[in-house]
Amino acid sequence: MRIEKHPILQFDRGEKVTFLFNGQEMEGYTHETIAAALHAAGVRELGHSQNLDRPRGLFCAIGNCSSCFMTVDGEPNVRVCVTKLKQGMVVEEQHGKGVVKG
Amino acid sequence: MIRDVEVLVIGGGPAGLCAAKAAADSGAHVLLLERDDTPGGQLVKQTHKFFGSERQFAGTRGFQIGEMLVDEINAHENIELMTDATVLGMYEDGIVTVLKDEKHLKLRPVKTIIATGAAEKFLTFPNNDLPGIYGAGAVQTLMNVGGVKPADKVVMVGAGNIGLIVSYQMLQAGVEVECVVEALPNIGGFLVHASKLRRAGVPILTRWTVKEAYGNGKLEGVILCQLDDKWQQIPGTEKDVPCDTLCLAVGLTPLAELAWQAGARCEYIRELSGHVPICDENLMTTVEGLYCAGDVSGIEEASSAMVEGRLAGYAVAVALGYDVENAQKEVDAAKAELVELRSGPMGGKIRAGIAKVEQKRGEA
Ligand SMILES: Cc1cc2nc3c(=O)[nH]c(=O)nc-3n(C[C@H](O)[C@H](O)[C@H](O)COP(=O)(O)OP(=O)(O)OC[C@H]3O[C@@H](n4cnc5c(N)ncnc54)[C@H](O)[C@@H]3O)c2cc1C
Ligand code: FES
Repeated sequence: MRIEKHPILQFDRGEKVTFLFNGQEMEGYTHETIAAALHAAGVRELGHSQNLDRPRGLFCAIGNCSSCFMTVDGEPNVRVCVTKLKQGMVVEEQHGKGVVKG
Repeated sequence: MIRDVEVLVIGGGPAGLCAAKAAADSGAHVLLLERDDTPGGQLVKQTHKFFGSERQFAGTRGFQIGEMLVDEINAHENIELMTDATVLGMYEDGIVTVLKDEKHLKLRPVKTIIATGAAEKFLTFPNNDLPGIYGAGAVQTLMNVGGVKPADKVVMVGAGNIGLIVSYQMLQAGVEVECVVEALPNIGGFLVHASKLRRAGVPILTRWTVKEAYGNGKLEGVILCQLDDKWQQIPGTEKDVPCDTLCLAVGLTPLAELAWQAGARCEYIRELSGHVPICDENLMTTVEGLYCAGDVSGIEEASSAMVEGRLAGYAVAVALGYDVENAQKEVDAAKAELVELRSGPMGGKIRAGIAKVEQKRGEA
């Protein structure tokens, strides 16, 4: 859910865009990070731990901890908490270490 | 290609912004690097009115202080501000590498000021990796920068200033704050913040902790329990609290990796909340020409981070021979200001930490 009324802040979210999350179409805004847009849509499980495959969400939201790795437009290990949303992005939950395309 | 830089400032929080301005005001040419797309550091997320003295803008909301500092930087012809620029490495030959727009840049600075701030600490308990267990900074980023409601129902861990302030900010964003849990026997943060929460009906449970978290794929609740005088969990006191978010505000630790990489001597000092570079009274590390300012050299506050930034910036100007007489005056003034800021009862911990740094420096 997005905050519509705040006693102190106003939010400039940018333009509305659509993107794919695990093949499903979703909406977000260009000034949002991928993590924020997913969180607003109720998605908290972003990836899985490399060895035990336990579900992982974000922890720091500023690019410090690597807890939020996802595969974006085919590129694995993208920190979605510091990556801004773009029209048509393909965002996928990641299992394992991910494979970097040659 | 290697780019030559006169003064490199790493990190655009209050410390880095003030350091850049001080050096540039004296006549030096400064390159300021910030990894985020917006400079301001922790200030960007702070909607409350700051405490501190007037010289450090007390009474102004944190994000507005940040905007004021950034405006000064943008207007300054001696400062180049580069955002979305993360410093990756500092090498023994003095080369600094940066990731900017998918490109790898190489810099050769004459003087460098590290002002990278801090990272949040974590807590150990079963299932502490479930999605929905967030650092307090993450919650703030989601709601105050992203404009996204961070939780429906939250349990906060930590009754220091950050835990109290972020709990209140969540109430303002329409989140149900179930309770604040604190392992210490008393509330660490200012009582003004605690009473705001109490008035809103949020209980602050001292001598309680998180026993474990549970949930299928994401957090569904936590089991809290009481602690005895020896910090042991008391069996039979468990309380099941359903919630979708657990917020950890259990302290910060300095982000000193870059100083470490550059070869600066670092030591663990508990009062400064982690491994910190051993700096001299001008904030220079054991590496000639490499300085640290702000939370990176010990967790404190924005007020002291700004003054440390100014101190390091002017000290660099003196070392480079810019406007030396005035810059030296400013260095002395900043040192006096720091003594004053750290003089109250709240400054006891930081004073003890700095005394240890001085002692370690003496040991060599
Ligand atoms: C909830 C909360 C409330 C607070 N309230 C108050 C208050 O009322 N009064 C007060 O005085 N203080 C307050 N503080 C404390 C204050 O915000 C911090 O002490 C202060 O921001 C520290 O400043 P800094 O410049 O050292 O670090 P930061 O503000 O953390 O800035 C560091 C900057 O460096 C950047 N960076 C890090 N690594 C790199 C890299 N490798 N390359 C490029 N850039 C990098 C980061 O992105 C960041 O912008 C509060 C803090 C919090 C979390
Ligand atoms: S949540 Fe820590 S890097 Fe993204």
